[in-house]
Amino acid sequence: MDMYGIVSSVKRDYIADLVRQGKRVDTRMLDQFREVSVEVSPIKSAQGSALVKVGKTQVLAGVKLEHAEPFSDRPDSGVLIVNAELLPLASPTFEPGRPDENAIELARVVDRGIRESEAIDLEKLVIKSGEDVWAVFIDIYALDHDGNLIDASALAAIAALLNVKLPEDEAWTLSEFPLQKKPVAVTVAKINGKLMVDPCLDEESVMDARITMATIEDGSICAMQKGGIGHFSREELEQAYELARAKAAELRAKLG
Amino acid sequence: MEKPEKLIVDGKRLDGRAPDELRQLKIEAGVLERADGSAYVELGANKVLAAVYGPREMHPRHHQQPDMAVLRCRYNMAPFSVDERKRPGPDRRSVEISKVTREALEPVVFLELYPRSVIDVFIEVLQAEAGTRTAGINAAAVALADAGIPMRDMVSSVAVGKVDGTIVLDPAKDEDQWGTTDMPIAMIPRKKLITLLQMDGHFTGEEFKQALDLAFKGCEQIYEAQRRTLMEKYAIKQGE
Repeated sequence: MDMYGIVSSVKRDYIADLVRQGKRVDTRMLDQFREVSVEVSPIKSAQGSALVKVGKTQVLAGVKLEHAEPFSDRPDSGVLIVNAELLPLASPTFEPGRPDENAIELARVVDRGIRESEAIDLEKLVIKSGEDVWAVFIDIYALDHDGNLIDASALAAIAALLNVKLPEDEAWTLSEFPLQKKPVAVTVAKINGKLMVDPCLDEESVMDARITMATIEDGSICAMQKGGIGHFSREELEQAYELARAKAAELRAKLG
Repeated sequence: MEKPEKLIVDGKRLDGRAPDELRQLKIEAGVLERADGSAYVELGANKVLAAVYGPREMHPRHHQQPDMAVLRCRYNMAPFSVDERKRPGPDRRSVEISKVTREALEPVVFLELYPRSVIDVFIEVLQAEAGTRTAGINAAAVALADAGIPMRDMVSSVAVGKVDGTIVLDPAKDEDQWGTTDMPIAMIPRKKLITLLQMDGHFTGEEFKQALDLAFKGCEQIYEAQRRTLMEKYAIKQGE
């Protein structure tokens, strides 16, 4: 249930106190991401894959393309399925078993960023209308949870999609994978009334709330999700949007 | 169903509403006998029941919090609530909605007054027509108040959408289906603090601001209706 376990009040006060002075536990600026790296295609058994590191957080995304039946209400559209696993090896608070609400939320937020921006032209993935289409499976594998899994996962997913090897299947007729946009998610955390990007684990464990905004190249928003039990004012949301837009451009540059 | 050619004709929506108009709204409090608190909300064709049980002892015990109560929310859709029968039980969508519903309500509940207890909120969608999560939150907030649970304020919730390039309040089913954007939002009405925000589709920065304006306006009306419901139920009438 709880992604962070019990947090001592000493730590809570320490982080809140630093934030009051505009500082962070790892000496970053409030609008500064941790070091971000994107390694593409580490997994050869997947059509596409990417390992993203955001500070010590590590997320591996794998893309598989398979034949599937289309949904009955969308006979002329390929299928996109995003799944996320919070592996027990990634954190002492993650347990084996079916995805819990945190894993489900993570998968659905990544899914919405890609789906709603129409990053993948799903209509091009039809083999035979109503019968046979390509399904794009994106599996998010959290390997090391040191905070901000959402942004790392969304970046890993789009990086993996950008590097899809075309399937060796006679049903595949496209010359390239139909990726037309690069949505990038940026999460802004609120601690003690201050906003900061890319919360690390310690910050996440004491934050009041977070807002994730996924934006595309022109700065427009394709998905948002607030999380945590705190709240945001209108001004804070507008400020978060400006942060998200600026930081998304930085992250997108890492995609090459 | 085919997509209608236009979703907005001469400034009116297909159901005759103006862009900033809510669907017909009805809220009742205390509709269930056994629950500690309950509410029923109709918003357009949505019919949603919410019940609150507790504060009561938390089982299993290892989920107890030593310094506060746990708020537990379950959003669920009846199998007959949608056109095609929905398989009973939680799916990924309802797990996520349950989570964001809890996070929308928790900021206003004085959980610290009831250590080691649980407050259960059950939301059942009996008939669905777009906007069930917001209707559920509105019902749950009234049910919490009806249960006599100390709260800092109400929580009021509404969705804003974009159809044919126009920002509209409280999208109906056809607008949800054919529109480009859906943004459910919940807020603490007196302080205008946002406790739930989700969005999918497409907004420019400017449209996002417009959508927030409209959401604030909508939530105010919802809040008025919630308040009226509770005042009517609990007002001491002449002769009593």
